[in-house]
Amino acid sequence: MFDKTLAELAQGLERGDFSSTELTQAYLQRINALDSQYNSFITVTEEQALAQAKAADEARATGNTGALCGLPIAHKDLFCTQGVRTSSASKMLDNFISPYDATIVSRLKNAGTVTLGKLNMDEFAMGSSNESSFYGPVRNPWGTDRVPGGSSGGSAAAVAARLTPAATGSDTGGSIRQPAALCGITGLKPTYGRVSRYGMIAFASSLDQAGPMARTAEDCAMVLNAMAGFDPMDSTSAERDSEDYTAGLNQPLAGLKIGLPKEYFSAALDAGVAEQVRNAVAEFEKLGASVKEVSLPNTELCIPAYYILAPAEASSNLSRFDGVRYGYRCENPVDLEDLYKRSRGEGFGTEVKRRIMVGAYALSAGYYDAYYNKAQQIRRMIQQDFVAVLNDVDVIMGPTTPQTAFKLGEKSSDPVSMYMEDIFTLSLNLAGLPGISIPCGQTNGLPVGLQIIGNYFAESKLLNVAHQFQQATDWHKQTPAGLEV
Amino acid sequence: MSLDRSDVEQIAHLARLQIDAADIDSYSQALNSILNLVDQMQATNTEGVEPLAHPLDAVQRLRADEVSETNQREALQAVAPATENGLFLVPKVIE
Repeated sequence: MFDKTLAELAQGLERGDFSSTELTQAYLQRINALDSQYNSFITVTEEQALAQAKAADEARATGNTGALCGLPIAHKDLFCTQGVRTSSASKMLDNFISPYDATIVSRLKNAGTVTLGKLNMDEFAMGSSNESSFYGPVRNPWGTDRVPGGSSGGSAAAVAARLTPAATGSDTGGSIRQPAALCGITGLKPTYGRVSRYGMIAFASSLDQAGPMARTAEDCAMVLNAMAGFDPMDSTSAERDSEDYTAGLNQPLAGLKIGLPKEYFSAALDAGVAEQVRNAVAEFEKLGASVKEVSLPNTELCIPAYYILAPAEASSNLSRFDGVRYGYRCENPVDLEDLYKRSRGEGFGTEVKRRIMVGAYALSAGYYDAYYNKAQQIRRMIQQDFVAVLNDVDVIMGPTTPQTAFKLGEKSSDPVSMYMEDIFTLSLNLAGLPGISIPCGQTNGLPVGLQIIGNYFAESKLLNVAHQFQQATDWHKQTPAGLEV
Repeated sequence: MSLDRSDVEQIAHLARLQIDAADIDSYSQALNSILNLVDQMQATNTEGVEPLAHPLDAVQRLRADEVSETNQREALQAVAPATENGLFLVPKVIE
């Protein structure tokens, strides 16, 4: 049962093979039995899950069910969930019981999903290895001495370990796609504005975007159907009609034009990853696609631009954590400044403090033009590169990450080497474009991710392209060695 | 451009972050390596390029100035560190 996709579980519920209550109990037992190996959950919401499952079974009995009714899911712990701790994996919010639901949480609840719990992540989504969590690192099911990637590392590991059939994630610089690649699952970052940010604890508001993570593109399409859509509560929500992302999955790929950016296949790319990505591209040629080399000349500049813009926005967003209205407060503050400084100094972890300081510095008097303004100009150049290429091809393909899952501790002492991990993913957040990572091969027994990039609001196209690949190959069906399913 | 201890202390003060004196050197080292990385931008000619703040160049959506929210003070203050009579408590600010 645990090897079934969300779509297969939906059919099982529909046929009456099992009830949502039975399904939910089975997953809760599995989490309880296995998650000590991975540490992918921060909170398991057993009581709520069983109540939601019961309600879903009752709804099904009256024939009143949508596609997701009764299916289990788990949320990254930065999506506010009413009555449940929502920590952003920070000591700062260890005691925060959210008084309201994020829009995506309420949308998925309304669709009848069952929330199994809240998933581990890098603190405030700042990291690429899930080692900065206050609740300890997450371990990769493909090798528990390896990182799952980050920041949605708990989401990716839980799906890979079959502890949940689907999860939500958020992606500010690669935080859905990179862990999806490292854990051998499928993860989609939608176009900026396609999914509401309301109730998602903010990191960098002009880059943050929520999306689905699951085993297959079809499952991601099902979850995105419930997540996406205009939300008046998010001031940058895109005012567009909803669409059915499952509708176009079966379109053939004959005539699809694929661009391969030459900058993505540079010397920094692991040879095994490069080989698997090229094999995947050859598979698309068999499916009728044509391939040409393209150029994204400012690729390397995405890292410096991102590491000004994201910390600048973070330093502003995280100013709300002041020890006054909610969250951690230090003991015995002597005055208001002491309250602010010690609550923040004690409540935030090292990487969060680093980024707040980089941002505060970049925005401080005298440095704005040299850093923030310059980075925004480079952001425009990166976007223009994509616009030019996407006028010429339908999708861009390349590796999601420069290498496979690395060992815990390998990069945690050097922030800059960790930042290089995101070289292929950051640019999409800067440009606001959608991208999906799918498993496309293995090297040395570890999964390799293929990133597929599309034009603005081309999520249906990306899901279609990914689904067709998954119909022709079985990389998405591979199971970590030793994992019982 | 390199940050020394006093620069790091000043930035930490601006960001209202208490940093232990023993940790200042390691923060200063990390911030300098990050700033070295971002300084790669400076070699790029960006003259005449319009800064990009929103990927789709959207502007702020406005709504009518009408009350749309109900009072949720109790629910929202239930998670506050210290409150009294509906107010948030902080250390004495005015003598």
